[in-house]
Amino acid sequence: MAKRFTVFIIGSAAALTLSSVMRGQSQPWNNSGLAQSANQQQTRPAAPAPRRDLTGIWDAGGAGIGARGYMTPPLTPWGEALGKTHKSGDGARMVPVEEINDPLSTMGDPEGFPRNLLFELRPFQIVQTPNQVLMLYMFEKRWRVIWTDGRQLPRDPDPRWYGYSVGRWEDDHTFVVQSVGMDERTWLDNAGNPHSNEMHVEERYHRVDENTLELTVTIDDPKAYTRPWVPRNKLPLRLMPRDTDLMEMIPSASEAAEYRKVFARPSK
Amino acid sequence: MKNKFFGVFLGAVGLLVASVPLVAHHGSASFDTTKELTLKGTVTEWIWANPHCFLTFDAKDDTGSVRNWAAEVSNPTDMTKRGWARTSFKAGDAVTVALQPAKNGAPVGRIRSVILPNGQTLSAGLPPPPPPPPAR
Repeated sequence: MAKRFTVFIIGSAAALTLSSVMRGQSQPWNNSGLAQSANQQQTRPAAPAPRRDLTGIWDAGGAGIGARGYMTPPLTPWGEALGKTHKSGDGARMVPVEEINDPLSTMGDPEGFPRNLLFELRPFQIVQTPNQVLMLYMFEKRWRVIWTDGRQLPRDPDPRWYGYSVGRWEDDHTFVVQSVGMDERTWLDNAGNPHSNEMHVEERYHRVDENTLELTVTIDDPKAYTRPWVPRNKLPLRLMPRDTDLMEMIPSASEAAEYRKVFARPSK
Repeated sequence: MKNKFFGVFLGAVGLLVASVPLVAHHGSASFDTTKELTLKGTVTEWIWANPHCFLTFDAKDDTGSVRNWAAEVSNPTDMTKRGWARTSFKAGDAVTVALQPAKNGAPVGRIRSVILPNGQTLSAGLPPPPPPPPAR
């Protein structure tokens, strides 16, 4: 009996040790997210969606990275003229590396909103306070404030890289955000699609269940496009473990300059 | 047989998905995607940075002389998932680099894979080159 108990104790200790080692191996620091990662699959069944709660770390995996850019509705003459000045790394405006003038990857300008949802949508954390919803993005390590205190969007605001945002709960599981005032120096995507500072963006976050959030983004910019369009339509986002420590992924100006000097220029 | 086909299909889809972030910032316009060079060389520097990491190394190439090559992979975030790290290379390492060269003949390219001094191969996740045209 005593022998059996000893075996049980040793076995339990070994299992505990093994599980902590495996936990240690599952990247307690510098987690790079779900893109291309087969080792972070969801294992337990999802509980129902909680009421009016988006808190957590969310990741769209590889689908969050819109490398190619988007098909858009026809541009207006104003949008066409602006788009012609954009020399992009991909899509219809693609040029050789040295000629790219993407403000994000060549100058270290902010990615801006809504490009942060359309291009490098890496994992991000949502935090809710009594009067705000905060979105903390791994890419660029930036954040957005979405006011939920009932204020109105500003009229004729000074342009911002990340605009001005207000949000409200449409129902217990759908949070809708309206944004204006985005600086038109930013691109919408990696294809160099342009926008004006009159653009209006709507984001809909629908909590399907405990583990899944769907994101739909609608762009309405009559100065640049002939009709509204929906670049993200029910994009599924997966809830990551709450102890996930995200990598730092910052496209700095000095690193961009080094890349151009050593790699891009010689390839011309 | 059906399972085998399904496995190949899944593998192909996985490869396509995995290859997307590699070109996340810069497309392939500067590179000859139909060509692959294999170069044996000595690492001079390994830059673990955004927007893309790159390896510089001295290698004798088809010009007959030793040139200092600069070859890129994707960003640290995506390369971490493929098993690459800030510590993967140090100056002086003897490496074998397979890459897509620039169209202009300059010693720059996009890395397909690197064989390390210990024999381990690191893959960059580029899609495979297209097969040669059938003989007539």
